[in-house]
Amino acid sequence: MSAKSANAWVTVALIAIVILLAVAPLFLHRDSEFGGADGEAETAITEIAPDYEPWFSPLWEPPGGETESLLFALQAALGAGFIGYFFGLKRGQRQTAK
Amino acid sequence: MSKKAIGSRVFMLVTALLLLGGRAAWASVNSAPQAMHIMEGFLPPLWAAIWFAVALPFWAIGFRQIGRLVREKPESRLLLGLVGAFAFVLSALKIPSVTGSSSHPTGVGLGAIIFGPFMMSVVGAIVLLFQALLLAHGGLTTLGANTVSMAIVGPLVAYGIWRGLRGRLSEGWVVFLAAALADLTTYVVTSVQLALAYPDPASGFMGAFAKFAAIFAVTQIPLAISEGILTVLIFRALRNTAPVEMRALGLEGA
Repeated sequence: MSAKSANAWVTVALIAIVILLAVAPLFLHRDSEFGGADGEAETAITEIAPDYEPWFSPLWEPPGGETESLLFALQAALGAGFIGYFFGLKRGQRQTAK
Repeated sequence: MSKKAIGSRVFMLVTALLLLGGRAAWASVNSAPQAMHIMEGFLPPLWAAIWFAVALPFWAIGFRQIGRLVREKPESRLLLGLVGAFAFVLSALKIPSVTGSSSHPTGVGLGAIIFGPFMMSVVGAIVLLFQALLLAHGGLTTLGANTVSMAIVGPLVAYGIWRGLRGRLSEGWVVFLAAALADLTTYVVTSVQLALAYPDPASGFMGAFAKFAAIFAVTQIPLAISEGILTVLIFRALRNTAPVEMRALGLEGA
């Protein structure tokens, strides 16, 4: 096997592990919603300090889950777009240089 | 056995243990808070101020370093944008974990390896600011504390591992460990910050720390592994695609 195709296999294997780590929990806990709500962290704090009142609230909050997922998707898209631009540009520059 | 073979066996063992252990941990961490960052208003003003004070010198040095980098090595600007974009993407991905809850990676390990911890304190703070302002995730009053955990201590750990282990293990493993442990450390620091602000009435700081850390740790371990692997993938791509930029920053190939 050439070094290049060995490298490609390592890449595929690494991606597969990441996918497995994210997907396996979905099958381990079929009854879970995999909540990530910040509100749940409040619970632990209020257990320890029942009378704590948050002294500042967010200036603006997404009105609901849809807007929130819009903004999260936007965040990922902006980042991924830049990463794609970077690698495309560098690849093109190297090909031109050759 | 080669370094590589030992490494992959350790890795497979850890992964297997996690998949098994996650099931057992589920019962104990059923309603785990997985907020990555400390929420708005949830640190008392004194602690909020203290963490801002800790973060300030890092920001100051980081801004100066970025200024110098842009002047002296303008060709690195794009790479600086890339490490920021990587942190941006990764912190938007809330990934299911073995505990039955979700959390997200930080993506700061890559930038810490390439640019060092000070510049990453600025880049990480920008990501945190975006999430605090637009997503009500984290907060402005807790920006100092969240910067210290995610954008200062995490990157310091990544940078330390990179400098300390580089050349002793294969590069892929060093990058993996740096990024994965930076991710885990971020949660340990978050737990410390919460425990300092909310010591348990009976068991004090240690009791509260154990409580917060137990909640965060199990959820975050598989995510730390994912973050380590994703960082290795992008680092390999950078080695192949942008070797000139990497060399300019003193990152010669092994």
